[in-house]
Amino acid sequence: MANFDQELDASGLNCPLPILRAKKSLAAMTSGQVLHIIATDPGAVKDFEAFAKQTGNELMESREEGGKFHFMMKKG
Amino acid sequence: MSEKKLAIIATKGSLDWAYPPFILASTAAALGYEVQIFFTFYGLQLLRKKLDLKLTSLGNPGMPMPMPMPVLLQALPGMQSMMSMMMKNKMKSKGVASVEELRSLCIEADVKMIACQMTVDLFEFSNSEFIDGIEFGGAATFLGFAGESDICLFV
Repeated sequence: MANFDQELDASGLNCPLPILRAKKSLAAMTSGQVLHIIATDPGAVKDFEAFAKQTGNELMESREEGGKFHFMMKKG
Repeated sequence: MSEKKLAIIATKGSLDWAYPPFILASTAAALGYEVQIFFTFYGLQLLRKKLDLKLTSLGNPGMPMPMPMPVLLQALPGMQSMMSMMMKNKMKSKGVASVEELRSLCIEADVKMIACQMTVDLFEFSNSEFIDGIEFGGAATFLGFAGESDICLFV
């Protein structure tokens, strides 16, 4: 797994909370830093793609592991 | 790139229908949209300081029920409160945010909320019953923003 600067565990949370929490975490980070997000909501996979596309942050990685979804979001 | 705009009219004051405006508004704000919600008629309930939202299965054959139940039974006293409580518990167990939480997130994200002055007067609400930071206005106020919006929804 790539390195990251900050981690956000959004396990158990449902739409739209993972996105809102991620937005909040990213707001406190600097450009180029990477946020590792963990979620259990299957809808988060498409939602984080859409979030990255619309906000100019880069979704570097999106994968499922052990029933959880992991995302690497680089702040734009 | 100029900021996109989302305009929503919220007209319903039940627990289930409180979700679409607040979910879309908070998410849009997170995506960088400027958002305004105009609360009118029963939608004003969503602006009250203390939320006591309920839902009803009456006239709503689409609501999934834990067990089949004749409509007349659903109309018995206490059923509405019981169903509302069951739904709130279910939402909590599924990690769905509460309406209160979503509303706070909207406020935090600078979503502008406007209470329809005409319906506030019609229902004889006092302004002090509503949360702080909202504005009061009419159709023209809303249309000023909605006319320039990219997305406009009536909920």
